[in-house]
Amino acid sequence: MSALTAYARTLAAERQIAQPVASVRHVHVSDRPLVFVPLQLAGEANAPLAAIVGSDRGTPTVLTVAEPRDRNQRFAFIADLADVILPYIEGYPLGTREAKNGNLVPVAGDAPQLIVPGPAAVAFTRLLGRSARFRRTDGPYAVPATVPLVGRWLSFYSERPEVPGSSLTLVVTDALASHWATGQSPEEDLNLASILGWIAPPPGMTGAEAALLAEDPVRCPPAGPATDPTFDNEVLEGLIKAVRAARLTGGGSGRIRHALTEELRTQLEPTWERMWQAVDLLRALRPGDHVASRWERDCSAFARYADWARATGLPQPKHDGAVQASRRLWDLEEDQRRFAAERAYDDPLVMAEHRMSGEAFAGTVAAAEPTRVDASGRRRVLRPRITVETGDRVVVEPGTVLTSPARTAQEARVISVEAGERTLVTLELQKGMGQSLTPPPGSVPELGERVCYATFNLGYQRRPEFPPREETPWTHGGPPAPYVPPDENAQEAWS
Amino acid sequence: MTGSGAQVPGTEARLARIRGRAMPKSHNARTIAALASNPGCARRAIMDAAGVDKQRLAAHLGYPAPFGQSRFALARGNAFEAQLKADGAAQILHLLRENLGLPLEQAHYIDLDDVGGNPGMDLRHARTRQLLARPEGTMFDHPVLRLQVGGRHAYLEPDLIAVQVGEAFRIVEIKSFPVIDGQADGGKVAAAAIQSAVYVHALRDLVGDDKVHHETILICPKDFSNQPTAQRLDVRKPLTVLRRQLSRLTRIEDLLKLLPEDLTFDLDPDPDDKTATHRRDPETLKDAVSQIDARYAPGCLSTCELCYFCRAKSSGQTARLGQQALEDLGGLDSIPAVLGLASGALRPSPERAEATAVLRQVVALRAEVFGREPEPTPAYPEVMGEAV
Ligand code: SF4
Repeated sequence: MSALTAYARTLAAERQIAQPVASVRHVHVSDRPLVFVPLQLAGEANAPLAAIVGSDRGTPTVLTVAEPRDRNQRFAFIADLADVILPYIEGYPLGTREAKNGNLVPVAGDAPQLIVPGPAAVAFTRLLGRSARFRRTDGPYAVPATVPLVGRWLSFYSERPEVPGSSLTLVVTDALASHWATGQSPEEDLNLASILGWIAPPPGMTGAEAALLAEDPVRCPPAGPATDPTFDNEVLEGLIKAVRAARLTGGGSGRIRHALTEELRTQLEPTWERMWQAVDLLRALRPGDHVASRWERDCSAFARYADWARATGLPQPKHDGAVQASRRLWDLEEDQRRFAAERAYDDPLVMAEHRMSGEAFAGTVAAAEPTRVDASGRRRVLRPRITVETGDRVVVEPGTVLTSPARTAQEARVISVEAGERTLVTLELQKGMGQSLTPPPGSVPELGERVCYATFNLGYQRRPEFPPREETPWTHGGPPAPYVPPDENAQEAWS
Repeated sequence: MTGSGAQVPGTEARLARIRGRAMPKSHNARTIAALASNPGCARRAIMDAAGVDKQRLAAHLGYPAPFGQSRFALARGNAFEAQLKADGAAQILHLLRENLGLPLEQAHYIDLDDVGGNPGMDLRHARTRQLLARPEGTMFDHPVLRLQVGGRHAYLEPDLIAVQVGEAFRIVEIKSFPVIDGQADGGKVAAAAIQSAVYVHALRDLVGDDKVHHETILICPKDFSNQPTAQRLDVRKPLTVLRRQLSRLTRIEDLLKLLPEDLTFDLDPDPDDKTATHRRDPETLKDAVSQIDARYAPGCLSTCELCYFCRAKSSGQTARLGQQALEDLGGLDSIPAVLGLASGALRPSPERAEATAVLRQVVALRAEVFGREPEPTPAYPEVMGEAV
């Protein structure tokens, strides 16, 4: 957070309605996302209880488990889930493109998007994927082939929220919180109904009032995966017992199962509606300029994984190898850097945070020498200078190279900083002005123009060479054995 | 908690009056950890010292606590623990020896809960002390521990085992959240570590600092099974935090001095009514609770039964926006003050000048981005006086 966000929170508390902390949308929202709201049985290790899932708001699929502690029923649930998720994923075909080195690389024009209510749903999905991806279609406890397959996809999709800027999996409470500040705490923003209440209260209600009502589990059943304990004790326990009894006595189990499904439906449907309401709210925001290119990177990641999975037929290993882990870490840091820069370049409100911290400043061009030529070297070169007058706090030192969101290809080297009531920063420009000694119109900021300069840029950093797996240094455990999922993964103990 | 005879009788009498006719609630590691997480809250300190049933109190105030316990979770937790403790805690012994390689001889299992009659806590504590001193058994279940909280003794009856390995005891804690591929939910492990730290602290009080190992043992179900797995937890860090926080608690006696003599949270139970109806007027109860200063923070939402009540009474405080917001606002604790200083309606005192400069900058930047939106400049006379 920052002082800007904190101040927006106080304003929200005062005005009783959420305040924007972004002026454009920074996430991609698919035209046809797959919304997935899972519920789990309290106390168990990832025992699915129910889910509402689908890519069409009008026709969700509700899945339930009558006895979540029964291994067979768990996997029957995952198989049912696979019947929804796999056809959805198959709706996004892969193609190939020839890379510079002549290799064919997998590509996808668009990708499936998974939308879940909050971080807890991501954690649940990760374990659901983990519980399914090693299962075998033969031997003891055989499962349908779709179970390990969907397990791998769930594993893939539940890893994506860790990647800064990725929208393959959209975590709704996080997405909302990164665009609006509520008048409550980040802890409370994890409640989907509550944060939505602050942003879009029902008519006649303030955001604060709507958020309070959202805490009543009877009115607003939790978005999961944890259920309302009172529902567990007063409704669910009796029904699960009744289903078991009916099965033992052989009487009326269908009717009771139906009753169970209907009760679980009451716990899921309000969240389903809210999920789509959140999708609508996000869609209504104008996307930032870099949202599309980030989504393209997401599509490539999807295509690469789909291709790897198809080629190897293997589940993802439980743990990354040493080389893979360090490469992944490097990628995450690079993604983080780029995402932060892109967000700031796309959104003046985000840039404002960097202006507060001194990593960027904005002002007007107070002096300009657009045709200045530097003749000191062997070759005469165009080196225009401008002086920016700003009220922002400037902490950059002479020699620093800055970039402006308006002219991302141009480098601006700080020549001098004159502090005063208004600070004067003189910059020398190069690149982005063509080859001749006269800059094309618009390539050099003009006198009186509003400009912004930042210490960070959108440049793409090349990933350093990491050793191939076979050459993993001994300090990192040496080369790992070739990856073959061991049998014990498939046959692990279950309850 | 029940008081022991060694404490100031006046204090005990006052705490008893504050509690009223309800049965006293005793502390456990979770409540000590919660108390230590908000040491500035006198309200909770007094209520816990008095053994007030906060859950019931909150419900009577019209702000029922948001934490229920699902019977499914309870059942699984109990089943897992029972399985581990069966046959003289055979599974635990096996884990400690095989998994962790602890050099344990044949271990006896003694359940300290097995006491005849219904002795007081101080007696049971004495018995724990006596038995722990005799190294005839090495695994003790349900010891009664004691620690200093706000200048008073609090007793704990933890569901835990203390094992003597060589010269030192180790705390063994059993939790029913799973460890999957060697990883458990970080928040849950952290909470378990804090609770273990409470036990280490209390057990050290009993047997001496060097007799209790700072490494505790956490036993959880492995992957998706009911098979247990054990891991070591180094609780030195949470232990340091706990000690510091406990030392920051004001002495209960000093807190009591600030309160009216006749203060009570008695709910006025109907003596003939088997359904336990309470007749206390919620309004007078609210007034009574409000007599004690609180320090609400969003962390209360997961740790204190009174959270909804305290939150409702904390409007206008920046603390309710979260710890980070409070820090980012330069520690300014009142929302009206933040807005007033930001808009210029309030003139800052010198110690608020820096925070105000940041706010003015925020307002200017927002105005630039949104266009000249009118920032609200409501008049807040009471804050105005304080700030100008
Ligand atoms: S909820 Fe209230 S009584 Fe409890 S710790 Fe927080 S401020 Fe204190």
